[in-house]
Amino acid sequence: MELRKSYFADVRKDGLNEIGQPRPRLDSPGHVTGKTAYFADRNFPGMLHLKMVRSPHHHARIRSIDTSEAEKHPGVVRVLTAKDVPHNVYTILILIQIGPEDETVLADGKVRWKGEAVVAVLAETERAAQEAAAKVKVDYEVLPAVFDMEEALKPGAPIVNEYHGQNYYLYDSGECRKVRFGDVEAGFAQADHILEQSYQSSPIEHAPTETTGCVVAPEGNDRFTCYTNTQAMFFTLDNASIILQMPGSKLHFVGGTVGGGFGGKVDVIVEPIAILAAKLTGRPVCFIYSREEEMQVSSPRAAEKVVIKDGVMKDGRIVARKVTGYTDAGAYSRHSPYGAQKGAAHYPGPYTIPNVWIDTYCVYTNRTPSSAMRGFGVTIGDFALEVQMDKLARLIGMDPLEFHFINAYRDGDMKAHRQPTEGAALIECMQEASRAANWPVAEKYMAISSYGKGE
Amino acid sequence: MAIRRGRGVAAINYPTGMNLGGDPTQALVHSTPTGNFMVTLSSVDLGQGMKQIMAQICAETIGVPTDRVVVDTADTDTGPHCMGTFASRGTHRAGNAVIQAAREARQVMLEVAAEELEVNASDLETDGQGNILVKGAPQKSMSIFDVALSAHFKRGRSISGRGMFLIPRSYPEKETGAMKPSTCYAHACTVAEVEVDDETGEVTVLTVKNVFEIGRALNPKMVEQQLVGGSWMGISHALYETTEPYYPNRDHGGTDFNQYLMPGLGDLAETEIIVLERPSADGPFGAKGPGEMCANPQIPAIANAVFDAVGVRIDALPITPERILRALKAQAAG
Repeated sequence: MELRKSYFADVRKDGLNEIGQPRPRLDSPGHVTGKTAYFADRNFPGMLHLKMVRSPHHHARIRSIDTSEAEKHPGVVRVLTAKDVPHNVYTILILIQIGPEDETVLADGKVRWKGEAVVAVLAETERAAQEAAAKVKVDYEVLPAVFDMEEALKPGAPIVNEYHGQNYYLYDSGECRKVRFGDVEAGFAQADHILEQSYQSSPIEHAPTETTGCVVAPEGNDRFTCYTNTQAMFFTLDNASIILQMPGSKLHFVGGTVGGGFGGKVDVIVEPIAILAAKLTGRPVCFIYSREEEMQVSSPRAAEKVVIKDGVMKDGRIVARKVTGYTDAGAYSRHSPYGAQKGAAHYPGPYTIPNVWIDTYCVYTNRTPSSAMRGFGVTIGDFALEVQMDKLARLIGMDPLEFHFINAYRDGDMKAHRQPTEGAALIECMQEASRAANWPVAEKYMAISSYGKGE
Repeated sequence: MAIRRGRGVAAINYPTGMNLGGDPTQALVHSTPTGNFMVTLSSVDLGQGMKQIMAQICAETIGVPTDRVVVDTADTDTGPHCMGTFASRGTHRAGNAVIQAAREARQVMLEVAAEELEVNASDLETDGQGNILVKGAPQKSMSIFDVALSAHFKRGRSISGRGMFLIPRSYPEKETGAMKPSTCYAHACTVAEVEVDDETGEVTVLTVKNVFEIGRALNPKMVEQQLVGGSWMGISHALYETTEPYYPNRDHGGTDFNQYLMPGLGDLAETEIIVLERPSADGPFGAKGPGEMCANPQIPAIANAVFDAVGVRIDALPITPERILRALKAQAAG
């Protein structure tokens, strides 16, 4: 890695004592010698293991649940179903007033995705919990499922989540988050060329080294200590408090040393049910995802579809951009309504375009609920935007890198979501990339700067 | 049939933080009796090195070496609120909170030293090595060790401070979408060079040259670990990963690292990282959040390089050999 200090030297104060210094990490000796303690290093006498009975169907009504055989299995201490959870229907962003509550801790009457938690089994050993979970009998009536966002949005599609009532998240702006800037149709009318293309992506896994989990110990004073690898301590504590209808003062969370998150540990999934289990049994409980659960049950990055329609001039200026983005939330909201909204603010990318129209939808399907992942709301948008930029450049016979310079935003330019650009540095990144990759561009592009258009 | 070479470029920006509910984080800082400093947070270190960076930020602000600072995180019985570690917000939000808390603690420290040295606190400065000096008369000085002892056992002062980062919550305007979703923006430009085997559809990423603008490299070695790792993740996202390889059929999703494909050591591209620093107006020492954006530009750069190599567009991720071969077949069929 090289630091190119020549850029922006006039606005940067170098020469500090600690900042800017490549100090060795104080925690790395513990990491590389295996001495750092993670949540799963906590072990308590009499600790129980929690295993989930999960839905084998993408969409089904639950006719009945029979746990009698599982309860008789040697080593089983307790079996939990929806009726044991004080506030079973929740949604994590309710803390900042983003509802409705739309997800169950344990399925109640219906499952909406394959892998959904239905029954929790607590046993003396992991093996006993696993074996007993296999003895839980759930009678399902399989329902039609929908796996495609456009299918889900068609009239007559199966309703995935009754708490929403339709297969999209209803924003205060309607069925999508909207950004309107300039007059996009006038822009298209003026353009030399129009290009409309669509892009899509698949869900992907966060693949942290350490799988999601927690260990909960009752403290004997009516408090519970939860050792967890959550990415957000109070977010998880406060949601657990709501789900368990238990004052937050009864909960003590300890964490902060985590083996990789990438956004996969901001859902509140394992902690509330493990605390409930510790409360109902009076014993320590551990609930740790297997690698299979981490990969197929925990939220992936959302699948997305992005449709971009651009109007471009022969001289390289983009004069209109219309983007329709679809985020596949899967069966439940989790963080996806925010992800779709983040996308609305991110489009049309780091370019100054006078006429912009953005609609972003958060769509419900019977896929695994998606949620936050490194860059969500932006990563797939950037894939679509930057492939589109390459296509536009070639469409008008221009070098792709030079085409970027023509449209790059600079300080003071108004963005489509009506924030003035500040602290831009796209142009300088491209100038340096031009040098580093030996991809020459015209001298005039090497002479401009992000500081503004007064060159 | 041949191995074909191509290159592609992509340029991006990335917002720091998520402005839902004001994106708050708090920090507390206090001195021990011998002048070491505790930073108390509920923020989470995911392995990226949050604790180390908070220690360096506190040390710089107080004026002591980093090894005099201990970061205690994350315990909800002691640490004040933090929204969490996500949205490229950790360093920026918690860093600002730590600076504010450390400044308050530093002020008390200087006041105690001023009483001991019988000067005005405004006439004092720190040398970064653990001493407080009178400006212009450095022979008149006192160690922070002694200042802390005095505060604890003689002057009855708590060398401590409280810090908070909070911005006004942004509600998007319904019709226009006017909103302030984040604070500062990081930037990147990546050029990827690939080889595509037009017989097998296999893509080899030869080089990725990444230029990242991140505001301020608070610890350049840690910046490097994050940017190199992110660049690898971007390549993996572009070419390998899916939890649903046979979608819309949902069967046969990977359940372990044998089945869920990611590039291994033998697949690593030659990776070049160049960092530019345009300090942000509101970041700790100008830092922005590069944690997420560093994994983004490789994806379209590789997609564009594949087109440059074999002349077909793969507009769906991941860009698998199967998709490339189908596109080549369709292209040949005209």
